[in-house]
Amino acid sequence: MPLNRDLKSIMLIGSGPIVIGQACEFDYSGTQALKALREEGLRLILMNSNPATIMTDPEIADRTYIEPMTAASAAKIIERERPDALLPTVGGQTALNLAIELAESGVLERYGVKLIGAGLEAIKKAEDRDRFKRAMVAIGLEVPESSIAHSREEAIAVRDRLGLPLIIRPSRTLGGTGGSIARDAAEFESKVAWGLEASPNREVLIEQSVEGWKEFELEVMRDSADNVVIICSIENLDPMGVHTGDSITVAPAQTLTDKEYQLMRDAALRIIREIGVDTGGSNIQFAIDPATGRMVVIEMNPRVSRSSALASKATGFPIAKIAARLAVGYRLDEIPNDITKMTPACFEPTIDYVVTKIPRFAFEKFPGAIDELGPQMKSVGEVMAIGRTFKESLQKALRSLEISSYGLESTLDGLDPDAARAELKRRLAVPNSRRIYQLADALRIGISREEIHRLTHIDPWFIDTFAELVGNEPRIARGTLGPELLREAKAQGFSDRRIAELAGTDEAVITRERRRHGIQPVFKAVDTCGAEFQAFTPYLYSTYEGEDEAPPDSRRKVMILGGGPNRIGQGIEFDYCCVHASLALKQAGFETIMVNCNPETVSTDYDISDRLYFEPLTFEDVLAIAERERPMGVIVQFGGQTPLKLAVPLERAGVRLLGTPSDAIDRAEDRERFNALVVKLGLRQPRGVLARSFDEAIAGAARVGYPVLIRPSYVLGGRAMELVSNEEGLRRYLREALRASEERPLLIDSYLEGAIEVDVDAVSDGSTVVIGGIMEHVEHAGIHSGDSACVLPPRTLNPAIQEALREQTRMLARELGVVGLINVQYAIHQGEVYILEVNPRASRTIPFVSKAIGVPLAKLAALVMTGKSLHELGFTAERVPAHVAVKESVFPFARFPGVDTVLGPEMRSTGEVMGIDMSFPMAFAKAELAASTDLPLAGTAFISVRDADKPALEPIARLLITSGLDLVATSGNARLLARAGIPCRVVNKVGQGSPHIVDLMRAGGIAMVINTPDQFGEKDSFSIRRTALEMRLPYFTTIAAAEAAAQAIAALRNGGPGVRALQDYYGT
Amino acid sequence: MSVPRTAYLVLADGTAYRGRAFGAIGESIGEVVFNTAMTGYQEVLTDPSYKGQIVCMTYPEIGNVGINPEDAESGRVYVEGFVVKEYWPRPSNWRSTMTLGEYLERAGVVGIEGIDTRALVRRIRTHGAQQAIISSVDSDPASLAAKAKAAPGLEGLDLVREVTCAEAYEWEWGDWRLGQGYRHAGGNRDAPLVVAIDYGIKRNILRRLVATGFRLKVVPAFATAEQIMALNPDGIFLSNGPADPAAVPYARATVAELLGRKPIFGICLGHQILGLALGGRTYKLGFGHHGANHPVKDLRTNRVEITSQNHGFAVDAESLTGRAELSHLNLNDQTVEGLRGVGVPFFSVQYHPEASPGPHDAGYLFARFRRLVEAFPRYGAEALDRLAVEEESVKLKLED
Repeated sequence: MPLNRDLKSIMLIGSGPIVIGQACEFDYSGTQALKALREEGLRLILMNSNPATIMTDPEIADRTYIEPMTAASAAKIIERERPDALLPTVGGQTALNLAIELAESGVLERYGVKLIGAGLEAIKKAEDRDRFKRAMVAIGLEVPESSIAHSREEAIAVRDRLGLPLIIRPSRTLGGTGGSIARDAAEFESKVAWGLEASPNREVLIEQSVEGWKEFELEVMRDSADNVVIICSIENLDPMGVHTGDSITVAPAQTLTDKEYQLMRDAALRIIREIGVDTGGSNIQFAIDPATGRMVVIEMNPRVSRSSALASKATGFPIAKIAARLAVGYRLDEIPNDITKMTPACFEPTIDYVVTKIPRFAFEKFPGAIDELGPQMKSVGEVMAIGRTFKESLQKALRSLEISSYGLESTLDGLDPDAARAELKRRLAVPNSRRIYQLADALRIGISREEIHRLTHIDPWFIDTFAELVGNEPRIARGTLGPELLREAKAQGFSDRRIAELAGTDEAVITRERRRHGIQPVFKAVDTCGAEFQAFTPYLYSTYEGEDEAPPDSRRKVMILGGGPNRIGQGIEFDYCCVHASLALKQAGFETIMVNCNPETVSTDYDISDRLYFEPLTFEDVLAIAERERPMGVIVQFGGQTPLKLAVPLERAGVRLLGTPSDAIDRAEDRERFNALVVKLGLRQPRGVLARSFDEAIAGAARVGYPVLIRPSYVLGGRAMELVSNEEGLRRYLREALRASEERPLLIDSYLEGAIEVDVDAVSDGSTVVIGGIMEHVEHAGIHSGDSACVLPPRTLNPAIQEALREQTRMLARELGVVGLINVQYAIHQGEVYILEVNPRASRTIPFVSKAIGVPLAKLAALVMTGKSLHELGFTAERVPAHVAVKESVFPFARFPGVDTVLGPEMRSTGEVMGIDMSFPMAFAKAELAASTDLPLAGTAFISVRDADKPALEPIARLLITSGLDLVATSGNARLLARAGIPCRVVNKVGQGSPHIVDLMRAGGIAMVINTPDQFGEKDSFSIRRTALEMRLPYFTTIAAAEAAAQAIAALRNGGPGVRALQDYYGT
Repeated sequence: MSVPRTAYLVLADGTAYRGRAFGAIGESIGEVVFNTAMTGYQEVLTDPSYKGQIVCMTYPEIGNVGINPEDAESGRVYVEGFVVKEYWPRPSNWRSTMTLGEYLERAGVVGIEGIDTRALVRRIRTHGAQQAIISSVDSDPASLAAKAKAAPGLEGLDLVREVTCAEAYEWEWGDWRLGQGYRHAGGNRDAPLVVAIDYGIKRNILRRLVATGFRLKVVPAFATAEQIMALNPDGIFLSNGPADPAAVPYARATVAELLGRKPIFGICLGHQILGLALGGRTYKLGFGHHGANHPVKDLRTNRVEITSQNHGFAVDAESLTGRAELSHLNLNDQTVEGLRGVGVPFFSVQYHPEASPGPHDAGYLFARFRRLVEAFPRYGAEALDRLAVEEESVKLKLED
């Protein structure tokens, strides 16, 4: 069946902000789907609140709505746009849940919108755990014994029937939010409560634990003619019990015979047919008892997923793109395979390499969070690596992670063998983010394969491969590295750096030795077919083998270094910039070469660049590519800190960098040189010192005056950055957080209390500097810019200040010789402009600014780097929009029980949303809504602000009252309000005994919390903030945000938020 | 750690690959082909159709699941040599009882690992399948190339006589179940009898036929039509087998005599022999189809099956115009994948509905054969057409 001609316009729902469990893989899949549908000539309507996505670029869909991901917004968009169909299966769980809501509330029926891909019935059958289970039993498949519970009582009845340990899985949550394993009775009750809390429909599945079984996944596709194919099998290195998103996974499955694999394949076919996914991809998870091979079905996602993005990258089969085509009527055999061109997409990819995915964690960002892995996903990103053997792909993946790991380094750090043995056994028994290093250590000190398996339940096959790698270490360490051994080590994936470390020498020595013997990587293609057919798409990976099958050509080319794994502080924004650079340069006639190792991204779609190297972003790996490709230049300033770190080494190795000279980065990062720069330009910065020792730090801080902001030099995302209010705090920081050293000095700056922070992004061609946008932070300075809400254009800065900001940005750009992008952070304190930091590179805010003003800044920047002037590109004047755009951040606190939610200078948000409207209050309201903060229009607001904020409280309280809210406050605040004649009830502080504020919150008596902490790092308000989080109450921890919220509530009172497409804002 | 022994794989065109020996030490010549299945190396090794061939697995990690007593497709290893990127000597699977290396060693089959198998595959793809030699005893590539060059190719080679059974036998084992092994299904004397002509039959075909409800008698490839008819079969099955269909004229003659007298189902070489018996032609493909992911379209239902494949020759569709209908088509290269009789009750497929290794999508063909056998006494020559009408109406009913 070809294209269904009844469909003229299709609406697609994206996945909203990046959160744990739902990252940029849905930008990848959604963008693919939109591009495929566009080629069919369909009119496309997109809804997504995340501005940092490629899919929300105004040229991707016809109508792009950056609106909160709510059913109400979606309904309004449907009402305006009248799509013929809604495709809910490429936007993650968010899109699927919204589709269910829209279908059940009758919106789809009212406007005659058809659900394509998966119908309501199929979605519900797959998503409703009880129905799914029954469906599986009906088709003769086994599932773990389980029951549904909606209350504590029901849960206990289930426990008594099934017996502990049990897995608790909340319904309809993503990334296993709220999921846990309960091993004893006490744990069981609290975990059930937590699970019920997390589920939107207050439902948990309580399931017999198959912890320790082997876990597998199949990616399945089905078309309207009931053709079903398996795209990829995935085996988890981690056994059942660790969430798939947190598991190291390997494609294809390694330890199944054909008979066993076909049983699983048969089951997958039966499942997708039984559930009734009409067209598109699904992901099905299985567990297998390692002793008997008994197989049980765990779950199914009736949509493209994180795993399907991985499977697409692992095989070269673009699942989302094909799924989109299937949804509009095509059959699999009518769609050609992109890579081979001559054969159809109706087949099962076969691969002749091994793919390893390793998740990236951020436990260090959340003090108090426990580094243990379980059924709830905690990783914030992932890397993928391709090698011809598992060993090679594993080691490539390790060095892709950017956690200063270049192989299986030891974690033992001088522990004596007995202590190490005991310690390792203890650690191995509880899965954690460092488990594979511990596994390697266990092998090093002679713990047996059987014992390691008993402790970890990791399949012996994997343990043996680790043993082989570890077993080679002594040979390498002996130091006589002949060509045979060197070649063998390289083929097993050992990096030069790791070899050097083992052999006690420098990386450069090993590299030289290797080259002397002519041991160089070759590059092979990912082609879906194991080389059976010719591949037309240069999607490449390196290995140490005989044949290089993709010799470079001699076109003019630019190499772009991507951002590596998503992590807090470096996310999708940088990938957005890299993709834009590639698209712009391709259009300008250059051959573009992308290097990246993050399977979730758009940049690693083989469609984006002329050549894709799926490789680790280390000096060794990048240089190998640069040396063969010989590009006219390399772009390092778009991928965040990852490629930036490579700038100087690459340049020293003779690679030409495009755009801003690397020295500019050094001048901006090196404290002393930066000071000289500021002085030279006659600008102002907060007083600060550089400390290279404990004593220097103590003395320096005293000179600067408390409170101080303290951080290590060369950081991104405010890693280890803290506000310290006295010497005692500083001593604690120096003791616990970081030691100052000669190589890694600390920066200690005066903290400008109450200052307004501003970000300015600009693009420069070396002579002309054009301001992209001025963003005023909603929270005061001291909160990391990546965590702070901000507004464009600024709302309180007067024209003179704004002019000063523009002028200073231009001066800095010119002085640094910026060719490309520059971001400057300022603080406005008592009418003066202070420079906080200068980043002569793409900033996190570039996508937001680009979306807000309707100008693709990263594309312009890429073009100026190749020599175009801004005049030639027609961008010479700042574009200040008539509308208002607000960026708000989203946080993963709910994933980390016990972690404080107060914001500070260390960035902790995972993603962002944008609210756009004609006024600040409504744009802010939308941003809050988009960040899942439900601003109340009735009920009681709780107020407890610190002394410094008290002067600002009165107007906020008045606005809340006039908007129909009641107030309660702690005694001091209440007294203050009473004096101003504002009615307010008094509630006990927690310390004053029950019934106190937390009791009131738990009883449902509070609709919103304004609680600004007294001083930095203060823990008294912790229980309030944590309860607010658990009760999903809007809570504001700065007075500025509280004020914005009050204005937003007032705006919402005067009428709900409307919807408007970006294309209308831009007037295009 | 013992130093692994060096081995060479040298093609007739002189291309040499140096690797490490595993399995038996020695030397072996055959046509080198590649198989793209990611699972099922034990089944591949024991498939008699690989007689005369050296098999290279495109999936690079081989040996992970070891060898078990259940997954053999015949009583011995048939490949002449085995080529892999990385041989894994420490298997992990609950059914494994032996390593792959031990298995090959016991079978006297030489293996080579550690070569750039992808480069080899690309060479075969562009230059076609050719004779090759694996040696762990001779380390002179030039002398090895000369030996490979001197070896005869598969064209015109009758390898069926080397792999067919010596005497007729009955087979009573059915499908495999996890945890239960193969099901014994002897004893039902009322079940229809199928005589399977063994050109190198895979055991899973036998199992599938038994599981479909047939009594099964296997006869050697040399069995005459009279001998077969004397067994009074209800249906006749023509098996898979090695090398060139044109090189087994005796088989073609037998089938030609049997055509129309009993319902016939042919797989792979059996399908090609049917084509020849009908007066058609076969030809050698560039590098054949060997894998478990080939899309085949059933031209009557338009459904696509993902199929298991293993053949180096194919039937020329045009040579059969009017004598058989094209029923299945390979979507990768548009070659013939299935035939059905016109006015004669037979059907055949080039691919492997018995899978093993590979997907089970085409398993329905065994049931179709059963229905054909049942319909034959009543409808005779028209049985196949009647069946088609019936299947259509069943399908329509299901869709309602």
